[in-house]
Amino acid sequence: MRAVKSLGLAAKWFLGLGMAAICWGAFLYARPAQSFVGESSRIVFFHVPQAWVATVAFFVAAWYSGMYLRRRRIEDDDAASAAARLGFLFCVLATVTGSIFARVMWNSYWNWDPRETSIVLLLLVYGAYLGLRGALEDPERRAALSAAYALVAVVTVPFLVFAVPRMYQSLHPDTVINAEGKVKMSSDIRLIFFSSMVAFMGLFYWMWNLDRRVSRIVRERTA
Amino acid sequence: MSARAPAPLLGAALAVLRKDLLAEWRTRIAVNALFLFAFAVLVLVGYAVGPTRLAPEDRPTVNAVLLWIVIFFSAMTGLARVFVKEEEGGTAAALRLAAPPAAVLLGKYLVNIVLLFAVTAFIVPLFLVLTSFEIACPALFAVLLVLGCLGLAGASTFTAALVSKAAAKGALFAVLSIPLLLPPLIAAVSGTQVAAREADFSAGVDFVRVLVAYDGVVTTAAFALFDAVWRE
Repeated sequence: MRAVKSLGLAAKWFLGLGMAAICWGAFLYARPAQSFVGESSRIVFFHVPQAWVATVAFFVAAWYSGMYLRRRRIEDDDAASAAARLGFLFCVLATVTGSIFARVMWNSYWNWDPRETSIVLLLLVYGAYLGLRGALEDPERRAALSAAYALVAVVTVPFLVFAVPRMYQSLHPDTVINAEGKVKMSSDIRLIFFSSMVAFMGLFYWMWNLDRRVSRIVRERTA
Repeated sequence: MSARAPAPLLGAALAVLRKDLLAEWRTRIAVNALFLFAFAVLVLVGYAVGPTRLAPEDRPTVNAVLLWIVIFFSAMTGLARVFVKEEEGGTAAALRLAAPPAAVLLGKYLVNIVLLFAVTAFIVPLFLVLTSFEIACPALFAVLLVLGCLGLAGASTFTAALVSKAAAKGALFAVLSIPLLLPPLIAAVSGTQVAAREADFSAGVDFVRVLVAYDGVVTTAAFALFDAVWRE
């Protein structure tokens, strides 16, 4: 138990220092990418991991929703709702940072670029899921119905993320997922970018665990 | 699991359809809501936009959006009723005993398809006349309407089952349905804009593909998950 605790503490320190190093590297080490206005390409180190976490969180929520329907363990519902809450948060962050980038790059905060459309739809799905949870009193009914909704919503997400954006011309820069499947980045940008991806996933994991533990404590106290 | 042989799915679903259509015919609550809402909005749109107020080059873009907004919100006024009335009337338990879940969902889905096709058949000709909306490729337009309505009915029948168990059913129905229905609505609106402009069916075939894929995927997911919702 003590070993687990000190390992967790070490991981937290590593995450904190790593995030600080990434912030330093994002602004001072990596050079701005070509064909972007001024220094605007630096937002990639924060915006893309946020969008990525928002998407991953959605699949985590769906996974634990499926597990809840299989095993009927309320802890799975805690995990799903924690992932959805965090996914909503990261989705808002990705939307705002993307909008700021759009203003710098294309001189308009919002122009319904397919990527902007799909992230707004993801926001709506998260909002609807959390709204449904709010409208259901009984914990087991809430868990089952919101799990079912999350799983139906997850099958529409590929349409939002992949099909709809590709039906239209997009101004959005290709970053990681592009038609050629190549990473088009210089080595310094790549280093910071992928470190940031890992750090954001770590941050998500840490916050997710905290939220699950809080849910469990609240349930034990109120039971 | 049970000693009783499972009722043939389609037969049970058709029985649910027959029961619901009969009950609907006696009360006409959903039909009244759908048609009156559709008519009111058509009057409003027809008055505001009219046959001449839009520049001819703007008509395909604006009218396609307005048409699908009328269809979508008409659907939102009436399609939740199939499950809400079972919960409110206290008949859900009896229905749970009488038919397997898949047959209930299929039956309710068919009811909503009938309702939505009926109201769409009412909306579309009136809309075309009131706004002088001309369609260059009627075949594409018809295919998009059918596929769009199937998608609307499929996703909203499932969300109807969800909201029938929740508080604030009416408000929640639209909130839950909109995110699920935006992908097919975007495809249907964009496809309708193409159908209004170009006589060539193949110009809009991408949107037809998206709709077919969406309808298949969402209907399958709804059937797979309905058990969990219906038993709650």
